[in-house]
Amino acid sequence: MTHLTADHFLLLSAALFIVGMVGVLTRRNVLVIFMCVELMLNAVNVSFIGFAWEQNSMVGQTFALFVVAVAAAEAVVGLGIIMALSRRVDTVDIDQVRELRE
Amino acid sequence: MANWLFLIPLAPLVAAVVNFVLGRWFIRDRAHWLGILGVGVSFVLSVIVFAQVHGGTVPLSQHLYTWIPAGDFQIPVTLTVDQLTAVMLLVVSGVSLLVHVYSVGYMQGDTGFYRFFSYLPLFVFSMLMLVLASNYLLLFVFWEGVGLCSYLLIGFWFRRLSAANAAKKAFIVNRVGDLGFGIGIMFIFVKVGSLDYSRVFAAVPQLPQGAVTLIALLLFTGAIGKSAQIPLFVWLPDAMEGPTPVSALIHAATMVTAGIFMVARSFPIFSASHTAMLVVAIVGAATAFVAATIGVTQYDIKKVIAYSTVSQLGYMAFALGVGAWAAAIFHLMTHAFFKGLLFLGAGSVIHGMHDEQDMRFMGGLKKFMPITFWTFLIGAAANAGIVPLAGFWSKDETIVGAWAGGYPIVAIVGLIAAFFTSVYMFRVVFLTFLGEERFDHDHVHPHESPPWMTVPLLILAIGAGLAGFLGFPPEHGFIQNFLGPVFSVSGAAVEHHVSLTTTLTFGVISTLIALSGVFLTWRAYVTRTLVPDAIAARLGPLYRLSFRKWYFDEIYERLVVHPLYLTSVFLWRVVDVHIIDGTVNGVAGVVSFTSERWRRAQTGLLANYALAIALGAVVIVAVYLIIDSSLIR
Repeated sequence: MTHLTADHFLLLSAALFIVGMVGVLTRRNVLVIFMCVELMLNAVNVSFIGFAWEQNSMVGQTFALFVVAVAAAEAVVGLGIIMALSRRVDTVDIDQVRELRE
Repeated sequence: MANWLFLIPLAPLVAAVVNFVLGRWFIRDRAHWLGILGVGVSFVLSVIVFAQVHGGTVPLSQHLYTWIPAGDFQIPVTLTVDQLTAVMLLVVSGVSLLVHVYSVGYMQGDTGFYRFFSYLPLFVFSMLMLVLASNYLLLFVFWEGVGLCSYLLIGFWFRRLSAANAAKKAFIVNRVGDLGFGIGIMFIFVKVGSLDYSRVFAAVPQLPQGAVTLIALLLFTGAIGKSAQIPLFVWLPDAMEGPTPVSALIHAATMVTAGIFMVARSFPIFSASHTAMLVVAIVGAATAFVAATIGVTQYDIKKVIAYSTVSQLGYMAFALGVGAWAAAIFHLMTHAFFKGLLFLGAGSVIHGMHDEQDMRFMGGLKKFMPITFWTFLIGAAANAGIVPLAGFWSKDETIVGAWAGGYPIVAIVGLIAAFFTSVYMFRVVFLTFLGEERFDHDHVHPHESPPWMTVPLLILAIGAGLAGFLGFPPEHGFIQNFLGPVFSVSGAAVEHHVSLTTTLTFGVISTLIALSGVFLTWRAYVTRTLVPDAIAARLGPLYRLSFRKWYFDEIYERLVVHPLYLTSVFLWRVVDVHIIDGTVNGVAGVVSFTSERWRRAQTGLLANYALAIALGAVVIVAVYLIIDSSLIR
């Protein structure tokens, strides 16, 4: 049985991050995109935890906690925007919302 | 010490400011009381100052404050009164007072009544400060101040295009002279390091001859503009567009003599340069002659008197040029009386004739306005130099001064001009007051002016009649003795002792000349034994030269105004529209073109933006890794 090393954490983190990023780039449902963003944030969290575990330091864990807190706040704002958007244009398809162009 | 000197200019200033600020809403047609009060205070104080100066020798002075304290360079606002200033103070405040009283009648009912009685005291303030100044910069400031008042008052009826144009012309032509004056003052500062009269004059003997000549000529340029000498006299006749009291006060009695005053004030500089004196004498004599010949053929009553003013200023200038300083100031003083009188008389005629100024539509006014006639006659005779009126004594003094100073040609030109003076003056009198009545009896009803106007006429007539005796006996009269100390401070003034025979000879000659002029005009315009039109036809080109004012305006139009106009059009149509506007519009065009292209990058698709962010992050990380690895390993 091989030992658990930081590499394992980083591999998991990278996999999660890529899944999240591909989701953000390819999906059109704004809720899914939002969830993918959360996924990317948590991928970063995993790498923080991995380093903290390897270095035996609390700093990485503290950072992870901060990220969770910030992600919660961001979720409130993001969901609020999505609610307002869907009420206004009656869709969650992001390609239908191109106001930024003009 | 005289720490009340500041009241002399302050009184009219207060009147001007109060009338200007409150006149429109509160004072309106009572504005004249303040104006007369202010100028009256100045006059009374001037008389007191004159008496004090007459007794003592030390100039009175009062230091008010230091305007520009810059290390060694100090411009104090100090009022100084010596004999020259005292004479000027009396003339300025005295004539101003009379003109203020006269204006009450003349300007009655004008919508700008309060405005008039705000500008006029403002002018008096500036003029008093000009003569009271103790250094060149202060002189220059108020030199411009009187120029501004002149502009405002010429253009008083600014709704009339000709008045607005005349005001601009006066201002611009004066700028030409003032440019030279300003450069002259700077030059004095560079050479001497101070602008105080006393320090400048003390430094004159140490300066190189060329510098003194240059300074004197530059200063005289200013005088040419302000005192309407050739070649810059063209503004003065046009300035007659202003109300007549303004013509009397500013463009006859006081402001135009500022140039003469300034040259007299700077006499240590001028008398140190023979060349400059010669130029002054020549310009003066030429002006006296040219303006007198123009005056003979004009029909506008005010224009004739205006050219007469130019001509008399020429007399003063050549008196300065030949070193007859006291004679110049004496003539300045008597001229203020009789020319003020003539203008006010002309104003009275214009008033009585319902704003008619053309003498061809006058005639026979003697029986309608007797007071105006008799006072005007005294003024005209004084101007023409008839014994024993004011003009005779002072004008003779200038001519004798030229002869004795070694300028016989100038003296002869002066005598010839005196003949024309007599002709144009009595031509006005005869055309206006005698002969047949050429006006339209149905529409014009000539009448004598109200007492507000006739009383100043009577007072000035007394002055014009008797002021000459201040200079009696010639060369040693009251005025010469009074002014004596001013013009012999540094011993630079050369005393020419004129024999009694010379004085008498010239007195007789000029009297004969004046009387011959009167006789000629009498025959031409009263008995009609000579026909003026026939003489004009016989003289042909000479007549046209005089009638067209020696083509000065046409020459300036061709040589200065038109090229300037073309240059301005070029600067507008080409430089401004294409180059300046082109640059600004070009910059805006480039920005707008670029943004239009960049705008296409904005698709509005979230996926695109996200991709850009992701790729950007990848690129940054890649670059970071490459640099990092190469640096470390």
